Amino acid sequence: MPKRTDIKRILIIGSGPIIISQACEFDYSGTQACKALKEEGYEVILVNSNPATIMTDPEMSDRTYIEPITPEILEKIIERERPDALLPTLGGQTGLNVSVSLYESGVLQKYGVQMIGAKYEAIKKGEDRNLFKESMKKIGLDLPRSGLAYSLSEALTVAKEIGFPLIIRPSFTLGGTGGGVAYNIKEFEEMAARGLEWSMIGEILIEESVLGWKEFELEVMRDLKDNVVIICSIENLDPMGVHTGDSITVAPAQTLTDKEYQRMRDGAIRAIREIGVETGGSNIQFAIRPEDGRMVIIEMNPRVSRSSALASKATGFPIAKIAAKLAVGYTLDEIPNDITKKTPASFEPTIDYCVVKIPRFTFEKFPGADPTLTVSMKSVGETMAIGRTFKEALQKGLRSLEIGRYGLGADGKDKFLFPNGVPNETQRSNLIEEVKRKLITPNAERIFYLRYAMHLGMRVEEIHELTKIDPWFLTNIQEIIDLEKEIYSYGTKVRDLELWKKTVTPDHLPEPLLRKAKEYGFSDYQLGYLLGSDENTIRNWRKEKGINPTYKLVDTCGAEFEAYTPYYYSTYEKEDESKVSSRKKIMILGGGPNRIGQGIEFDYCCVHASFALKELGYETIMVNSNPETVSTDYDTSDKLYFEPLTLEDVLHIVDTEKPDGVIVQFGGQTPLNLAVPLERSGVKIIGTTPDNIDRAEDRKRFKALLKKLGLVQPSNGTALSVEEGIRVAEEIGYPVVVRPSYVLGGRVMEIVYDEKALEDFARRAVEASSEHPILIDKFLEDAIEIDVDAVADGETCIIAGIMEHIEEAGIHSGDSACVTPPYSLSDELIEGLKKNTYALAKELHVVGLMNIQYAIKNDIIYVLEVNPRASRTIPFISKATGIPWAKVAAKVMVGKKLFELGIKEEVEIQHMAVKESVFPFNRFYGVDTVLGPEMKSTGEVMGIDKDFGMAFAKSQIGAGLNIPLKGRVFISVMNKDKRSIVFVAKKMVDLGFEIVATKGTAKVLMNNGIPVQTVFKVGEGRPDIVDQIKNGEIHLVINTPSGKKPKADEVAIRSQSVAHNIPCVTTLSGAEAVVNAIESLKRGMSVKSIQEYHEKTFSLLSSKPNSSPAFAFLR
Amino acid sequence: MKSLPKAILALEDGTTFEGYSFGFSGEKTGEAVFNTSMTGYQEILTDPSYKGQIVIMTYPLIGNYGINQEDIESHDPKVEGFIVKENSAIFSNWRAEQSLSEYLVHHRIMGIEGMDTRAITKHIRLAGAMKAVLSTEDLNKDRLIEKAKNSPGLIGRDLVKEVTCKEPYKWTSPNNPQFFPPPPISFAHSHRWRVVALDYGIKYNILRSLSDWNCEITVLPASSTAETILSFQPDGILLSNGPGDPEGVSYAIETIRQLIGKKPIFGICLGHQLLGLALGGKTFKLKFGHRGANQPVKDLKTGKVMITSQNHGFCVDPNSLDPSEVECTQINLNDQTLEGMRHKRFPIFSVQYHPEASPGPHDTQYLFGEFVKAMEIHSNA
Repeated sequence: MPKRTDIKRILIIGSGPIIISQACEFDYSGTQACKALKEEGYEVILVNSNPATIMTDPEMSDRTYIEPITPEILEKIIERERPDALLPTLGGQTGLNVSVSLYESGVLQKYGVQMIGAKYEAIKKGEDRNLFKESMKKIGLDLPRSGLAYSLSEALTVAKEIGFPLIIRPSFTLGGTGGGVAYNIKEFEEMAARGLEWSMIGEILIEESVLGWKEFELEVMRDLKDNVVIICSIENLDPMGVHTGDSITVAPAQTLTDKEYQRMRDGAIRAIREIGVETGGSNIQFAIRPEDGRMVIIEMNPRVSRSSALASKATGFPIAKIAAKLAVGYTLDEIPNDITKKTPASFEPTIDYCVVKIPRFTFEKFPGADPTLTVSMKSVGETMAIGRTFKEALQKGLRSLEIGRYGLGADGKDKFLFPNGVPNETQRSNLIEEVKRKLITPNAERIFYLRYAMHLGMRVEEIHELTKIDPWFLTNIQEIIDLEKEIYSYGTKVRDLELWKKTVTPDHLPEPLLRKAKEYGFSDYQLGYLLGSDENTIRNWRKEKGINPTYKLVDTCGAEFEAYTPYYYSTYEKEDESKVSSRKKIMILGGGPNRIGQGIEFDYCCVHASFALKELGYETIMVNSNPETVSTDYDTSDKLYFEPLTLEDVLHIVDTEKPDGVIVQFGGQTPLNLAVPLERSGVKIIGTTPDNIDRAEDRKRFKALLKKLGLVQPSNGTALSVEEGIRVAEEIGYPVVVRPSYVLGGRVMEIVYDEKALEDFARRAVEASSEHPILIDKFLEDAIEIDVDAVADGETCIIAGIMEHIEEAGIHSGDSACVTPPYSLSDELIEGLKKNTYALAKELHVVGLMNIQYAIKNDIIYVLEVNPRASRTIPFISKATGIPWAKVAAKVMVGKKLFELGIKEEVEIQHMAVKESVFPFNRFYGVDTVLGPEMKSTGEVMGIDKDFGMAFAKSQIGAGLNIPLKGRVFISVMNKDKRSIVFVAKKMVDLGFEIVATKGTAKVLMNNGIPVQTVFKVGEGRPDIVDQIKNGEIHLVINTPSGKKPKADEVAIRSQSVAHNIPCVTTLSGAEAVVNAIESLKRGMSVKSIQEYHEKTFSLLSSKPNSSPAFAFLR
Repeated sequence: MKSLPKAILALEDGTTFEGYSFGFSGEKTGEAVFNTSMTGYQEILTDPSYKGQIVIMTYPLIGNYGINQEDIESHDPKVEGFIVKENSAIFSNWRAEQSLSEYLVHHRIMGIEGMDTRAITKHIRLAGAMKAVLSTEDLNKDRLIEKAKNSPGLIGRDLVKEVTCKEPYKWTSPNNPQFFPPPPISFAHSHRWRVVALDYGIKYNILRSLSDWNCEITVLPASSTAETILSFQPDGILLSNGPGDPEGVSYAIETIRQLIGKKPIFGICLGHQLLGLALGGKTFKLKFGHRGANQPVKDLKTGKVMITSQNHGFCVDPNSLDPSEVECTQINLNDQTLEGMRHKRFPIFSVQYHPEASPGPHDTQYLFGEFVKAMEIHSNA
């Protein structure tokens, strides 16, 4: 069928901020969809509140709305843009939910917008547990026994019928939020209550436990002619009971015979037809009882998902792109397979490698969070690795995780080192109980505990009993361990003779064994450790032996047809397929798996670098290991190497491609850490030199740098012992920010207010590592924090944006809300910030991007940090100003001058843009939500409008907060804030709110003539404040922490607010901004596209470059 | 390190690949071909159409789920040799009875691992399927290349006689309903159809599928005459799949020619090619064939696309068919070759792919129903 001509304008809804269970995979799918639809000549209207996405780049759509994704805002956009159709299946659960609500409220019907891809009825059938169950029964698919409940008493009845253990799944939530496994009635009651609360429709499904069953997923596509194909099968290493997002997963399925696989395929096809997803991708999950093969269907996502992004990267089949084309009427056989060009998309990819996806967790950021893995997703990112065997892919995946590991252990970083390969009896009995515990309850480190168990001599059968992990996976892991021991035995001999370092030749390791080790995915680092040598020695020796990786193509077809898309992975095989061109080429190192502190923002920058350099005629080579991203779309760069970002893996690609330059500035800390070792290995790092990067990063050199420039930094010092720490802190004066310079596990950083706290901290840090000093900085209380992003070309430096943080200093810049242009700074201060920035850019010979964090206290500008690289705020500032700064910087890095790029002066925007951070607290039940120097946010949204109040309001709504326009505000603040809160409270009363406060705060407010209701603190009597929050009697919480250490009752207030989705403001400045927002909201919201905001800037940029610079800032 | 005997694959064009034997030791010649199915190695090993061929699996991890007695497609493995990247150290599946390695050794089949199977596949794709020798006994590459060159190859050769049954037999067992959903109820209660299946190297799942559709099946040797076949008074005749070059089986072509117009006929794979030749058409050899479970086939009438399981190196040339007699019904979307045809006057149709799947998708199981419908219409006429 040809494409539809009756529709012209299509609305696409993105997934909003990055949160756990909704990450950059939806930017990947949305970007593909926008591109595909524009290519077909449709006008695309996009809505997404997340500025750090490629999809919200103005050229991706005809109209881009960076506005909150709520039904109200969507209606305004629909009213304004009058789209013919809405494609609801590409924006994750957020996009799907808002589409459903637009249909249910009649908005779509009112404006004549039709849903394409999946109709309302299909979405309902797929998402509503009851309807889904009925549909599956109708087509003869088995399901776990289950029942629905709408109240706790109903839930208990169902539970009795089925029996424990039970799985609780709330309907209509994100990625199973609020779900869990209950083993007893007490756990059950707790989880059922929470589930009922979190379900958008107050419904939970209680299910027969299929814990320990084998878990599978199929990615299915269907077109309007009812052609159905399976794109990819996935088998989870972690069996049922662990959310698939938290499971190590493998593609394709490994342990199913063809008969069993086809039965699943038949089931999936029947399911997609019955649910009625008309076109596009769906993800269907199955479980199989390992004892007898009973197969049950678990769930279906009638939309593209995280798994479809993974499946796309794993097979080379671009699911979202094809889904978009199917939605406008094409059939699969009318769409060519991009990779083979000659064959159509109506086929099922076959792969000739093994893909392993490993989730990335950040429990260390959330002390107190339950670190066990359940059916509710907790991981913040993932990495994917490709190898010719599972063993190779697993080890590559583990070294891609950015957790400091180089493979499956054997890198000197194991918790248990087993000094002689075999532990003695005492060690054994001590360890075995701990190891068993870690095997039974799924957790983030379980994969390493499999290794420990094997080293302790536990057999595969025994480990299988404890973990239910399929023996096939366990045996493969056992093979890795066996080889490790064999390699180690060669090292031991040498160690005994203490010959190693003298001879510096690992020659005694037989060459076939070395080759096999590489085939099993061992890194040079691991081999160095096992043989008592080091990474470099092993690499040189190995290269001498001619044992080098080969690159193979991901081609969708197992080499049956010629592939035209250079999408590579490394393996140790005979034939190398890389085709090196003679073009000028630049390699861009990506950021690896998403984690807190390093997310989509850096991927955005990498993608822009690639686009920019392509524009200049360079061949671009992307290296990354994150399957969720746009950077790992084979369409983004000229070549894609899906590889771990380690020195070894990157050097191999450099050896093969011999790029003219490598960009390490854009992918965040991961590639930056490689800058110096790469340069030492003779790799050309373009942009600011690694030495200058080091000058900004190294504490001593940085101090000297600032001194030279006459800039101020907060007083600071270092200490190697507890005593020295106390002395230094006293010299500097409390409060101080302390952090260890060497961090194992968590990145602990704290603000300490007295000697006792400092001593505590110092003791822990010294215990962790006595060689690495503790860093102590003066903490500037109540200072205003500023972020400045700038770009420099060696001659000129231009400020991209100055962002004023809304929260005071002390809160990680990645967590703080910020606004540009600054809303409370004097012109003199702004001028000062600029001058400092120019000076630093000049001194560090910055070529490319630079981010500086400043603090201002008593009108003094302090320099906190200088990062001569892309920062987290680059996408935000690009969207706020309309200039693609990462692109500009990339071009500068290959020698272009700013004026040549049309960047002649600093942009003064006529609107306000606010960036707000989004936190995963609802995933970590009971964790304190107070912000501090440790970053905790997973993503961000942007609010943009004429004035600060409205921009801030939009940012809050976009971040998912229900800002109330009336109701009851609970206020409880620390003594220091009591004065300033009076003003806020007065305003709230004027705006029609009732004030509720505990004794202390209430007294202050009453003394100032503010009507206030006093409420019990926890422990003073019932009902207390937490009861009121639970009962929905409070609509806004303003609670600044009262002491140095959070008090239990305050933690309860804050975490209960999060659980009940009541906005909880924990800083005074935040409270002031909220008041501002409420005032603006009362006047009503309007929407405006990015293209309209930046009309002037765009025309300026596209005008002819001037022959001479208008401004040269580096005077 | 486990030390397995070394093995060498030598191709007639002088290319060699090295690996290790995990099956039977020895030396075998055959045509080197690759299969892109990710599941179903057991069905592939036992598919008689692979007689005379050394099969290379493009999916690297093989043996994971072992071997069970239920999923075989003929009594024993038929491939000349089996090449994989990695043979699994263990098997894990609730139906598994033995390991792939044990199975191959038991049936004296060579199994090789540790080869760059992707490199071999690419080589075959570019240079074409070719004669090869696989050896664990002689590791002299030059000698092996000579042996490959001197091996018989497939062209014009009758491999059917090596795999067809010696005696007629009845088949009664259906598919396991767990894996193949039973056909619509109406068939279960309808007439029991007598089908003669001509065994050119028939896969059991054709027989099981016919059973599912309520057919009473007599399997006859490939050399059976038209007279013998008709003496069974069949309602319909099935022409099975089988190995090698259809032109090498002239007696079968002649028999089919005599059957045309007498009874409903359903041809599968080699059966389709033989039918094509019997209808006056020509066949040709594909460069490297279609072997896999992901081949898109389009029905020219409905426009629907089905994912099919395929295993063939030869093909019917649609231009060689008389358009007034034969209608092309289906084509392969990858290379536009003929996948299905139908006689314009008689209830005769055939497909190049495998509706019985095994391994592969079940999208075209409905064809057995079509066959039954054809028998129904014919018997009423």
